[in-house]
Amino acid sequence: MSRLGWLRFGVLAGSIGALEILCRSGAIKRLVMIPPSEMALELWKILLSGKANHDMVQTFTCVAAALALAVLAGFFIGLALHALPRLRAAVNPLLGSWYAVPFFVFYPLLVAVFGLTMLPVIVIAFLFAVVTMVINTLNGLDRVPRVLDKVARAHRMGPFATLLRLKLPAAAPNLFTGVKLAVAYSFIGVIASEFILASSGLGYAIAYAYNNFDNRTMYALMLFVLGFVTTINMLLYMWEGRMMRRRQGR
Amino acid sequence: MRRFFDLVLVLAGLAAIWQAAHLFAGDVALTSPGRTAAYAIELVQTARFGAHAGETARAFVFALAISALGGLVTGIWLGAHRLSGEVAEPILVALYSLPKVTLYPVILLVFGLGLPAKVVFGAIHGIVPVVIFTMNAVRNIKPVYIKAARSMKLAPHEAAFRVLIPAALPEVVSGLRIGFSLTLLGVLIGEMFASKRGLGFMIINSIGLNDVETMMAVTLILFVFAALANAALLALDRRLHERA
Repeated sequence: MSRLGWLRFGVLAGSIGALEILCRSGAIKRLVMIPPSEMALELWKILLSGKANHDMVQTFTCVAAALALAVLAGFFIGLALHALPRLRAAVNPLLGSWYAVPFFVFYPLLVAVFGLTMLPVIVIAFLFAVVTMVINTLNGLDRVPRVLDKVARAHRMGPFATLLRLKLPAAAPNLFTGVKLAVAYSFIGVIASEFILASSGLGYAIAYAYNNFDNRTMYALMLFVLGFVTTINMLLYMWEGRMMRRRQGR
Repeated sequence: MRRFFDLVLVLAGLAAIWQAAHLFAGDVALTSPGRTAAYAIELVQTARFGAHAGETARAFVFALAISALGGLVTGIWLGAHRLSGEVAEPILVALYSLPKVTLYPVILLVFGLGLPAKVVFGAIHGIVPVVIFTMNAVRNIKPVYIKAARSMKLAPHEAAFRVLIPAALPEVVSGLRIGFSLTLLGVLIGEMFASKRGLGFMIINSIGLNDVETMMAVTLILFVFAALANAALLALDRRLHERA
């Protein structure tokens, strides 16, 4: 690991250690927070007993479905908007203020339409994640060098071949950024709607434990969600960094 | 003029989709655009709405102040001090993409039910983008400005106010715009869970009572407010970027 990596690791380990000491010494009361080591132990027990498996499977299914829909739809909407500049200019203010809408209010409507299934949660997370993919697809296509248009013309490539062989590879880093953000937003959308509204899933399980003063389960599940999401996001972040560096090196 | 006309067309299209959804789902799930707008105008004048909106506004203003000031100070520090910035960047990115809702119970346990918890929850949503944008803005300041500040022997606070902040302003405003939206979202989510006051509570309460009219009207009001504020900040953002 590099020096920076060690420093980051030190900052993280130091914060967790400080939290552990504060909790153990009683500066942070047990009613407020249990020591991190106990959170990990409790999480281990929950994983062994398998009592949260159902909620985990449901949450991950919703995230995967919302992510797949958001990436596909976002990409094609971005492509269409890029081809229609006038529509794009008109839609732009909407895209910019999209994240100010609290989508969770559509939950009752979605339940009325889809019934009490996983679909309402998926749709909310999709709405949450799709626009970042649209915006990043547009950014990527905007940054395709003009010279590639000339290359396509010189080689007499059709519009489809131009898109597939020149524009998409050129826009790939931004598309990847879009996917990375869509992953994060799908998780946020699914867990937030479960937390506030749904009646199953990891978000719900955390809220349920909170309402029942079951701090041990609550902190264990919280640790699981935050640890899992952070691991995935960091892997994507590192991969993205490598991709960007390779581009610049060429 | 044409852009304005196009925007009106898009809004009309959205209203048409809304109307179609209303016809499909019925009044039980979704009121029509016309009725929602009419009810929203009626609702804004009631004392009940005023009290809830006032509560949300108070929490939002405090949270935004913390996001903006805290974000600026932290961002300038992390941007100016290279090593701290590099250590902090991935940690910030990780924080930005966390489902922060899961942390709300902790905040409630620490700060108790009420205004402080909402303010803190709004602030943790808003502060991260402000820090990230400010940090990158300070890092990308042309080295010649920094050399100029050094050769004039400016004290750190003078360098910050006279050189670093003006040079970084356009990017900082972009960060503040995102921070603004996220702070509002954070405050509203905070009010939706374990709160008895504010617009978020009004929405979640009307969901519970199946009072579709109120739910839709409050959502519409919030959206209009957020869209207008965002448009104003976006215009400022553009102007600063053009000048730079």
